[in-house]
Amino acid sequence: MSKTISVIGVGSALACALLWTGCSDFGAAKPSASVEKKASAGPPASFDLKNAVGRPTPEFNLKDADGQAVRPANYKGKVVLLDFWATWCGPCKIEIPWFMEFERQFKDQGFAVVGVSMDEDGWTVIKPYVQNMKMNYRILLGNDDVSTAYGGLDSLPTTLLIDRQGNIASVHVGVSMGKEEFKNAIVQLLNGPRASVSVASGRALALLTRPNAR
Amino acid sequence: MLSIAPSTRLTIQRGGTADFALKAELQPGFHVNSNMPGDDYLIPIKLTWNKDPLEAEQVIYPKPQMEKLSFSPNPISVYTGTFEIGTHFKAPASAMPGMAFMNGKLRYQACNNKECLPPRTVDVRVTLDIQ
Repeated sequence: MSKTISVIGVGSALACALLWTGCSDFGAAKPSASVEKKASAGPPASFDLKNAVGRPTPEFNLKDADGQAVRPANYKGKVVLLDFWATWCGPCKIEIPWFMEFERQFKDQGFAVVGVSMDEDGWTVIKPYVQNMKMNYRILLGNDDVSTAYGGLDSLPTTLLIDRQGNIASVHVGVSMGKEEFKNAIVQLLNGPRASVSVASGRALALLTRPNAR
Repeated sequence: MLSIAPSTRLTIQRGGTADFALKAELQPGFHVNSNMPGDDYLIPIKLTWNKDPLEAEQVIYPKPQMEKLSFSPNPISVYTGTFEIGTHFKAPASAMPGMAFMNGKLRYQACNNKECLPPRTVDVRVTLDIQ
């Protein structure tokens, strides 16, 4: 005996209440898919990307492909493009060649690109991807802690431009602006005050952009 | 981003079979990868079920759309809008008659042209009336 039951689409709240007994999202750098961060944990109220401009870069302690520990303090005095990305993120792939070019062009002027991969499967998937894309900048393996520290990172790519003082100059969620706009923003930061001079928040460069496709 | 419809009751005879359709709806502009996205880095949608009280003999994914997106040189295999994932269940002859639940998990990862959301795994539960 065979019987077909079809169900009708409704809002997610009802669906969660009736059908989903749990929701989880990415817990990067975890050894297996079964270890996933519960969505209900959510980002802390203490850091919100929407209000991040002018604030100090949140702390993290992550490892690169060589196992070397990296913290924001390692880049003090430099302009940094901090890109949260993943190998499964198609739109991230648009920006990677731009960032490689910026790394080549500006690295001798006190600039660095740092990519933080949020891949759950870790270096197993990251290393071949980096090799295939010929990525020339430092890649770190992200985790739940860094996600939380940066407000949850609910979309990738999320890119932060950080000034020489270690303060967040701009935040870009999704592919929110083009290569030339990024480049101009980097140049302005490179031409900005040196690390010994404090920077006021709300400057011309300080913006939060987000694609309005959602 | 992805809404899943609440389940109606699935009636199945002991020793018999029944088909279940999980109906999902995505926000406009977003897609999820199909079960065979054609790129090793992309995360496929996957519906899995527990081993009992029914046996999921086959999970039937809908025909995907091939979409050309700005980040990919080739079209990728995706689902958009509303779609259904079917499951062909079989009840063992020894199944206990009465009300029961069939639990499963749906894993997916959604993107639009400009951003991606983290992969998610959601629990799915179907109420059974085993007769």
